[in-house]
Amino acid sequence: MMNLITLVWSYLKAKPLNTFLNVLLLGLGIAVITVLLVFNQQFQEKIKDNVRGIDLVVGAKGSPLQLILCSIFHVDFPTGNIKLNEAEQLAKNRLVKSVIPLALGDSYQGYRIVGTNRAYTDLYEADLQEGKWWEKDMEVVAGANVAAFARVKVGDRLVSQHGLGADGHAHDQEPMVCTGVLKKTNSVIDNLLFTNVGTVWAVHEEHEEDEHEHDEQPVQHPSPIVPTVNAGDSVKEITSLLVEFRNPMAAIQLPRYINAQTNMQAASPAFETARLFSILGVGADVLMGFAYVLIFISALSIFLALYNSLKERQYDLAIMRSMGASRSRLFVTMLAEGIAMTLMGSVLGLAMGHGVLFLFTWWVKEGSQTGFTAYVFYTSELWILAGSLLLGIVCSLVPAVQAYRTDIHKVLAG
Amino acid sequence: MVEIKSVEYAYPGAKAIQFTDFKLAGGEHCLLLGESGSGKTTLLHLLGGLLRSQQGTIRIHDTDITQLSESALDHFRGKHLGFVFQRNHLLQALSVRQNLLMAPFLAELPQSEERVNEVLDRLGLLNRKSAQVRELSQGQAQRVAIARAVVNKPDVIFADEPTSALDDKNCERVSDLLLSVASEQKATLVVATHDQRLKAKITRQMVLPA
Repeated sequence: MMNLITLVWSYLKAKPLNTFLNVLLLGLGIAVITVLLVFNQQFQEKIKDNVRGIDLVVGAKGSPLQLILCSIFHVDFPTGNIKLNEAEQLAKNRLVKSVIPLALGDSYQGYRIVGTNRAYTDLYEADLQEGKWWEKDMEVVAGANVAAFARVKVGDRLVSQHGLGADGHAHDQEPMVCTGVLKKTNSVIDNLLFTNVGTVWAVHEEHEEDEHEHDEQPVQHPSPIVPTVNAGDSVKEITSLLVEFRNPMAAIQLPRYINAQTNMQAASPAFETARLFSILGVGADVLMGFAYVLIFISALSIFLALYNSLKERQYDLAIMRSMGASRSRLFVTMLAEGIAMTLMGSVLGLAMGHGVLFLFTWWVKEGSQTGFTAYVFYTSELWILAGSLLLGIVCSLVPAVQAYRTDIHKVLAG
Repeated sequence: MVEIKSVEYAYPGAKAIQFTDFKLAGGEHCLLLGESGSGKTTLLHLLGGLLRSQQGTIRIHDTDITQLSESALDHFRGKHLGFVFQRNHLLQALSVRQNLLMAPFLAELPQSEERVNEVLDRLGLLNRKSAQVRELSQGQAQRVAIARAVVNKPDVIFADEPTSALDDKNCERVSDLLLSVASEQKATLVVATHDQRLKAKITRQMVLPA
């Protein structure tokens, strides 16, 4: 059976190299756009997902971006420590609804150990896969990726290292015990181990233990932040404090107060991630521009291929008219040829784009750890398909009009 | 079947060509003779609706094709007329079979594989059915062009210099095929040519003045 599709396909197949080149060129452009689109989309979703419920991060003075990267995304080092009693003061501020302490500094096989409380894991709606939550000091719960990649199981005894590197100085202390493993959440907590703030203190205060006698005094006025110590302790330190505002006024007043009146600094996750995007955005814009150049060149190439073929095709077009094809039919056939090429190009491009993301998540350990996936399709990809339809029409419009105008008598009388 | 009355055509900037009135009965064959430039092809294209006449009436199969709209004319051409041109313009990107199926496809008639086989068999081309057009010899290609012209069982077949590029042997073969196929289909055959070899084959002749 002959139909429009077999007809168009036959003509495309008659010039395989030409067709292949055009489709490939467009495909490459679309692939770059697809990768950027899917990556960017997931990246933004991840960031939004990880920032959830955290209005402000308070830590030692330094780079605000570093504080955010360290305290929320756990990809940078702490800016320093803040005094526990200062943090307590802040927690009592009427603009603060709730605070979560973070004590960082140790890692297990490159996975960060976070001294905090259950409020932090609740923030990410973490659930236990097996075992039970940590309670006492020296008990830890492992995130899903830690369990999967560092092979941490319930009941394992873990010796932490100082810092984030796998080759950091090992503490020769009594090991921590893993009491539970979390379900995968596809957020940053999959790559963390959780314990009490007290555990982090215990590991680091080891050397001092020789000097002070271990004076196990009962806690009389428990600190609102770390209940295992007395409130107002002037020695203990934590890395940072995640703050939830009580009202919108706090967004204006609280950062100003903290930055001006205390030894701590306040950093807004929303503001700092927006700043991060604008820094990364430059690179993405360059790539995007490159992709548009590719697409423009391929569009030009498709247009030229169709336009040049018109001269040799005019006999074919006239013959088709003599067999009963109307002008509009030739017009549609020509359009269909352009659309077929751009559609194939964009399907190839989408496939290549997802292929690249698949390879990325497959090869790069960090890819799968950050929860990126190649198996996500966004509605914007439908827009790419729709756009390629439009591109096909634009490329083939002039040749199609020429085909429409073919003077069959002139051509056939030739 | 074919009838023209006071038909005229003027190319831009040239004197109008006036064509003599004539009438052909169904199944009657006719030769349009004349030197090149005498307007043979023009008349053939006017008759086939490939060119719109500026004056007069052209009746084919009880239809005045000068009164048809552009798309109705296209449709009429596809259904009732078949063409064989001097250069056997087959669609290069398609196979022999696809070229033949294009005729009913473009005329919006049912596509019949049987009819294709029948016509190819009649013209001795059944073994070339799935060949690509560029693989055909000159003679084979001309026969495929004839096959394509008759596949829709047209009422009238127009042939423009179908034999002038062929040697005596092929000329004989092609003209015989054209005539016998046309007669089998009960189609009227109109051949525009300056090829003297055809004169003996078709007795009804119209000579266009130079």
